[in-house]
Amino acid sequence: MSEDLARFEDVENPVMPYLRQERIPHIWCPGCGIGTTVNCFARALTESGLDLDKVSIVSGIGCTGRVAGYMRLDSFHTTHGRAIPFATGLKLANPRLKVVVYSGDGDLFAIGGNHFVHAARRNMDLTVICVNNSTYGMTGGQVAPTTPLGATQTTMPYGNFENPFNLPFLADACGAVYVARWTVFHVKQLTRAMKEALLKPGFTFIEVLAPCPTLYLRRNRLGDGVDQVKYYKEKSTIKHGADTKEVGLGFQSDIVVGKFVDRERPTWLDSMNQHFSKVLGTRFQPWGGSNGED
Amino acid sequence: MGDEKAAGKKAKGTVFVRSEVCKGCSYCIEFCPTDCLEFSKDFNSKGYHYPVLARPEDCTGCDLCGLYCPDFAIFGMKFKDLEARKNAGASGGAGG
Ligand code: SF4
Ligand code: SF4
Repeated sequence: MSEDLARFEDVENPVMPYLRQERIPHIWCPGCGIGTTVNCFARALTESGLDLDKVSIVSGIGCTGRVAGYMRLDSFHTTHGRAIPFATGLKLANPRLKVVVYSGDGDLFAIGGNHFVHAARRNMDLTVICVNNSTYGMTGGQVAPTTPLGATQTTMPYGNFENPFNLPFLADACGAVYVARWTVFHVKQLTRAMKEALLKPGFTFIEVLAPCPTLYLRRNRLGDGVDQVKYYKEKSTIKHGADTKEVGLGFQSDIVVGKFVDRERPTWLDSMNQHFSKVLGTRFQPWGGSNGED
Repeated sequence: MGDEKAAGKKAKGTVFVRSEVCKGCSYCIEFCPTDCLEFSKDFNSKGYHYPVLARPEDCTGCDLCGLYCPDFAIFGMKFKDLEARKNAGASGGAGG
């Protein structure tokens, strides 16, 4: 190996230009799946052909919330649960930006659940990537709105009895125009889904199942990260267009992955422009949306 | 390179490992489609075994290892892309 390497000493990892290298190594645990999703995201950005000066990434708090801080993009690490309202403001103030929300299940669906629901309902032009590791990692493994029934957590020492969210169903019901679920085993499909979501106007949502070895797996005696990724490999079935009602997750159950929803709805800005143009005529000057592209 | 000839097979690519940032999760080893990586006998300074290209003749440089690695510690490259980069005078960075 070393003879080959000597000839190519200056070669760098294709993901490096997307990272704030001075902050690497990152804080994620050995076998944490978040870093894998970052690889896919970096490649999706390359493949999307988007101008990186016009891409902005917003995170909330939590392990996944660190992603914004590691990406060499215009990044915002916001308060807990508030990534979506922050991103909404950013998008509306500067409609030419592609705004990506990258955060965890706890941040997006517990603390920030209300924001998710309304941004999807309004079809705000955002791409939301949720890394779902079924727990609150950073704060010590408390039960999350995504913890499967029966899983043990620090705040559910006898197993979880609270019904978890089925995230694709929630996103679908709220009106997201693109809804997909993949796992960190499905790196190629995840990359493609991220690219599709980035290029589609409107509220696009991807759930990525990822192992949290330190708090979720260990507490449930499920082995290491790699064991969980093998479980994803064995128990996942790809079903594009699956009815999102049917894709809820149980404890180490079968997993349905795929692109579930891909539909067209006017974005919030387009609806606003259309509405006010109709009501106010030339007194109204459209702002952003498909009117704002130049 | 001698080993490759001995195996009667020519490697199409290779991997670059930054052993110091590896956390030994084994994703790269487990999910390499040609099963050409293994853990090192040595530890890095944090105490983790890191991947080594145990069967270089099998590596295709597909970079699936790079896509899986959560720590950006490994990536694969096809020799043809490496040569193309070299000829184009690719810019510097952390390699090997
Ligand atoms: S580049 Fe592909 S073939 Fe080579 S080690 Fe990585 S995954 Fe295996
Ligand atoms: S995937 Fe990365 S961190 Fe994990 S063992 Fe391989 S090189 Fe090390």
